[in-house]
Parts: sequence; C-alpha cells; structure tokens
Amino acid sequence: MSTFEDPGFLAIELDGAGWDGADLTRAVLAAESAGFHAATFTDAPAPGRANALQRAAFAGPISRTIALVPEIDTVYTEPFHVSTQLASLDYVSGGRAGWIATAAEAPEAAAAVGRSSVTGAALGQEAAASIEVSRRLWDSWEDDAVIRDVATGRYIDVDKLHYADFQTPAGFPGAGYSVKGPSIIPRPLQGQLPVLAPASLIGGIPVDALDAVLVSAPTPELLAAEVRDVRARVGAGVAVVAELDVVLDARGQAAAARGASFDGSRAAFAGSAPGLTDFLADLLKEADGVRLHPASLFVDLEELGRLVLPELRRRGALRPLVQDGTFRGLLGLDRPASRYATGAAAPAGAGK
Amino acid sequence: MTQHARAKSEVATPDQFTPSGQIQFGVFFQGVNSGTIWKAPESGSQTDFESFRRIAQTAERGLFAAFFLGEGLRLREHLGRPHALDVVGRPDAQTMLAALASVTKNIGLVATQNTTYNDPADLAHRLASLDLVSGGRAAWNIVTTDNAWTGANFRRGGYLDHADRYKHAEAFVETAKRIWDSWETPDGPARRVLHEGRHYTVDVTPRLPRSAQYRPVLFQAGDSPEGRNFAARQADVIFSAHPKFEDAVEFRKDLVERSLAAGRGANAVQIMPASEFILAPTAAEAAEKKEWVRSLQIGPQQAIAYLEQFWGRELSAYAPDGPLPEIDPVVEETSETRGSGFHGAKARQLADQWRAEAKDKGLSIRQFVTSKTARIDATFTGSYTAVADQLAEYARVGAVDGFNISPWLVPTGLDDIVNHLVPELQERGVYPTEYRGTTLRGHLGLETPVRSADEAVAAVRA
Repeated sequence: MSTFEDPGFLAIELDGAGWDGADLTRAVLAAESAGFHAATFTDAPAPGRANALQRAAFAGPISRTIALVPEIDTVYTEPFHVSTQLASLDYVSGGRAGWIATAAEAPEAAAAVGRSSVTGAALGQEAAASIEVSRRLWDSWEDDAVIRDVATGRYIDVDKLHYADFQTPAGFPGAGYSVKGPSIIPRPLQGQLPVLAPASLIGGIPVDALDAVLVSAPTPELLAAEVRDVRARVGAGVAVVAELDVVLDARGQAAAARGASFDGSRAAFAGSAPGLTDFLADLLKEADGVRLHPASLFVDLEELGRLVLPELRRRGALRPLVQDGTFRGLLGLDRPASRYATGAAAPAGAGK
Repeated sequence: MTQHARAKSEVATPDQFTPSGQIQFGVFFQGVNSGTIWKAPESGSQTDFESFRRIAQTAERGLFAAFFLGEGLRLREHLGRPHALDVVGRPDAQTMLAALASVTKNIGLVATQNTTYNDPADLAHRLASLDLVSGGRAAWNIVTTDNAWTGANFRRGGYLDHADRYKHAEAFVETAKRIWDSWETPDGPARRVLHEGRHYTVDVTPRLPRSAQYRPVLFQAGDSPEGRNFAARQADVIFSAHPKFEDAVEFRKDLVERSLAAGRGANAVQIMPASEFILAPTAAEAAEKKEWVRSLQIGPQQAIAYLEQFWGRELSAYAPDGPLPEIDPVVEETSETRGSGFHGAKARQLADQWRAEAKDKGLSIRQFVTSKTARIDATFTGSYTAVADQLAEYARVGAVDGFNISPWLVPTGLDDIVNHLVPELQERGVYPTEYRGTTLRGHLGLETPVRSADEAVAAVRA
C-alpha cells in the first residue's frame, strides 16, 4: 500500500443537481457527507442551468465543511459585480468560497450582451484583468477597517479603506476600462478567495495571480503526465487539479452500459468503484486535487460516497475534512494581509 | 404604446380601485446610512450572515411578504473620502438572497438592482435563477443611476443623460420580461430574444424556464412623474415615499389614474411605502424610545457632517448644539457622492432657507439635522395598540397595500413588530394569519402575468 506524504483533495461538480432548491440541498449535503472537500458549479450557458454563483450561495448556509466554488466568466461580466458577489459568497459560506475564473469563448456569450466576440490570447488578458480587479477590491478594506468607535462617532477608520484604481494595461485588447473602488463590502472572511482557472489560460493570466489550475487530458492515461507538465510550468505555489469525467458501475448496471454522454473535453473514467479508487490514489500522488464530473450526479455520488472516498481516506490519500474551515485552509494557504495595509509584507505586484 | 401594454389592457381589471382591507409588511434591510444604529450595545454585525438570517427568519415568523436588500455601487463619500460616520459596507443583494433562500421557506426575496450598470440578458438570467432556487419568491426592485461617479466602478463608465434614464430602464425591463416570457411552455423550448435599440443590443436564447410564480415580481421606487409612469406601466409594486396617511391616499389616487392610463387595472400596481416603527407598550415609553433612537441615529459628528455635505466645506469649528453656520456654502450644487437624495440641491439657497427655518423653530444644528433626516413622515411611533389602530385605517381605505419597514437595529429591529404589532393587526383582521401560497406573487395576491404575444421572436426598436 502506498503512503501519502502530501494527501490531496477531491472536488465534485454539482451541475447535475439542476436549479431546484430541494435538489440543490440534496446534492450539496450528499457531496459533503460523502467527504468531498469542494463542490464546483459550472456556469457555461446550457438550457436549464441556473447562475452558478447563486447555486453556490444557496449551498452556503446549509453546509459546514465543503468549499463552494462557482465558475464565473471574466470576459462579458462586470469585474466590480463579480468581486462583490464572490466576497458575499465568502460571507454566506463562512469563508469556504473560491472562484473558477473562466473566459467565455462562445460567440453567443458576446451576442447576449451586445459585445463583439473575444477570442484567442485576448481571453487570457480579459481574465487577468478581471482577477486583478477582484483581488484589489478584496484588499480595499483592511481587515480592521470597521472600528465602531463611539467616542469619535466613526463607524469605519477611513484610512483603512483604499481606492483600487485599476486600469487595464497598455495593449489590452478591446475596450480598456478602469475600476475605482473601494469595494462596497468589507474584506472577505478569507482575505483573498482562492482563484482557480483552466490551465489553458495560463500565460494570459500570470501564474502568481492564481491559487490553482485545472488540468485536462484526452484520456486517463495521459492525465498524470499532463499534471506533471503543468506543475513544471506553474511551480510549487499553485495547486494542480486534474479534471476527470466519471461513470461507475452502479445500480446493477455496468458503467459502459449506462450511456454516459461525455463530450471528450476531459479524460473519462468508466468502470468499477475499486478501479476508480486505485486510479485516483495514483493520480493524487501527482495532482494536489482531482475534480470529478459524474455522469449522473446522484447515481455516481452514491457510489463515490459509499465505496470510493472511504477507501481513499483509509489509504491516507485524502486531506482531513475541517468543519468550519476555510477554502484557503484546505489549499494550505495562509490568510494574507491586505496589500494596502500599512506594514503589509506583500511585495509589490504580488497577485494574491 | 407597445403591443405589450395593449395585450395587457385586454385583461385589465375593472377601473374602480377596490381596497383589499389588508396590509402586508416587507422589511427593507438598507444596510447603510444613518438610519441603522451602530452605537448601541445590541447593534450586531452588518455583514455576518447570521444578522441577515436572524432578520429574515424573524420577518418570516411575522408572515412578512418580503425581505428587501438595498444596493449601492459606490461607497458614499464625504468631502472627497469615504464617509466614516454611518454604517457602510453591505453584501451583493442577489448573492445574499440566494443564501437566505435556503434557510427560509415563504418570504419573498427582493433584490435592488441597477439597470444602468447591468446587462439585461445577464441580470434577467440571474433574477430567474434566484426565482427558481427560491421556489418562486424572487423580486427585482428596479433602480436607475446616471452619474459618472458611480460609473467609475464599471467597464461602461457613467454614460447616461439624466433625462434618458427611464427610457433606458424601460428598454431594459421590457427586454428582461421578454426573456422571462420566452419559454413556450414551462418545459420549453425557449425562443430566441432579440433587441436592438439605442441603449442595448441583445441576442440571447434564454436558459431558464418559468418559476412557480411565472417570473420575478417587479418593484419600483422612483417618485418623479416619469418614475410613477414607469411604475404604472411596468411594475407590480411601487415602493413609495408617501407613508403619511393623507399623502398615501393622494398617492393612491394618482397611481390608480396612471395605471388606468397605462391600460392596466386600478388594482394592478400595489403600494408599499418606506417606513420605520418605534413601538412600546405605552405611548410615553414609545416617545422616550424615539428620543433614544434619534440620539443614536444622529450623533454630534453626524450632524456636522450632514451640513458639511451641503456646505461643501469643513464645519468642525461649529458646535453641534449651537445655531447653524453663518458662513456660506462654497459649492454651487451639492454632489451625488453622498447618495442620490443629496444630489443637485442649490447649496446657497438651501443654506439661507435652513438658517431661517432653524432660527424660526429655535433648533440647534443637531436638532435641525435630526428633523431633516429622521424620516418624520415615515415613522410610526406609539403603543402597539395605537399604531395597530392607525394601520387598520390605512387598510380600511386602501391607502397602501403594506409597509416596507426599515429596522433601526440589526438584527433585533423587527422583534417588537413581530411579537407585538403583528398580533394586534391580526386581531383587527387586517393582517394575514398565514402565508397565502408559496410564492411572493401569491403572498401579495398579484395576478399571474399574461404572456406577451409573439413579441419574443420579433426584434423591437426602442
């Protein structure tokens, strides 16, 4: 049996729960009790798919352990709204929020808001700008800005609020913009929310602006090598999370017979729970985490919770679950001082 | 008039306004400004989720129809820096409401959202999401902004003429309605929505079906003639600024006329004025409590800062308990940086007027400012029974459909109302004794909208 010096974490995509409150509740509680460390919420436009951030927010008050990580597009959204929505998610989840920053490529996303389509390298630059706006706004209130000083009548210490004064850099594709700040909400509980992005955006997004990258490969066999490759590019400071579609033998049906309709954009595992357990145990030696995309949420979640996660935990492959912990804590990240705090140790230009 | 309004007139209710004989409550969690007391020992956090949960659950225990969140997209400033003396900082409305949806069952969830700094397709989608995850309890309180100062936080900047903002808002709301109307049946398919106008170009295939209440309820708060007409054409409920009995009756008459003129029924638009309640077992105790509330809402520093906003200069040399400053303002007009209510007053003229008024009434700076900011008309002060009698009269004549209550304490500010006033109102038969349905539209007794004909496929020019 292998030993794990550095156990990993498991995330599950909850898209299959749909938009109904009762289904969302059932899904998030099932994922939490199965022992997943994080739940993600995709936001790619699809019929019947409700806003990811709101589904994550709905899950906040009814869960205690699982990190809640919605996808939010950076290209056709207002960075100021994105920042305050995510900060608010951190409050309603007790510091368990994160952000998968995506860059919408579909022309439909541009048409919906009447903008021209952004493509190629410009996608990464849009993502980088939006992430930088969020990070500055999250720091724009120092931690102790709310003082409630009755003697002087001051609710806040105005010296501890800061303008973000973001301006898109020279050479920014498309219409540049600026964001003044400060944020309209005090600093998030975690200080800075962990920011994740697909590996395809690295480069456009500077590595030091990210806390984790999501890595895909065409087949399960190629996934570990891809993880190693990406890790070499991003260095030790960024967690590497492997993406895996999963369909398990379940309810008396073989995985192959269940008719999973994966789109081929990710490695897909089809097989038995023990087979997946072994595969994940190996993969977690390379990757810091794995995100599972179940073929059928409630069917596969049941198998995962019953057979796969307990065994991985027994083998020491998984990090402990911390009730009322933070997402930063899960990723092994300290709570950073605000970049604007007097005496802050953050070097100039540090992204996170 | 658009096809939309014509379609509505065919199903318009009779042109006689009929009082329901009932009132409902909403709670307006303003989050910022001097109305919320932060100096009392029992003042809780303004950002922790527990404060919001406590208020929403108390309101739900009191059968409130709706929980409102305000929105401000730039922090208020004072003489060029963030304003330090009042409560400041609040969560994003829809994110907070989505979270509250999981810990409440019945209460409506109303998000104040700006038409100027959002995209119609995106905002309509997010509101539809909130409506679905909450099981048909979402509403949108439509507000507009036009200033470049707020626009400095957004990609698009400040880009609207003041005169244009309702045209812009109306194109926005019409587009949102078409997006919500776009599903052929509850299960789909969705029809593509196109809009090409002066303000927006939208081409979207909506992703979400109708909710249990068909689509989010629409609130609107503008009080100018344009704002009222806009509400009469588009809104389900108007969040009015006229709580005082005679004003409320006048406002009702005015709104009924405007609704009829817009081709809608006399009862089509409900009215819920902003209000504040200071209650106690006896009138004397309530009056005493009011003194206490006011002294904490407007402290000495806040009184001076209030005048500084209009004078445009530092006035800290003046005593809060002395007369208004003799020196004149240094600005022509007050700026928008303390919020829209402060915007655009002729400073010099106002100062003269105020000095005369304060002298006439013998008021100090602090007393004068308290009188200006204390929502005089909006405050119901008295014993539980006396205030219940007062509200029963509103219900009897149909002056309003309810009150949107701003608690002055977070998170305990509704306790008195729910524990004492609500039972008194129920005894008088003017307040619900249970939730009427599971949706906000149901609680308010609003009709299900009629799906706008085949507009959804037609490109409309605003």
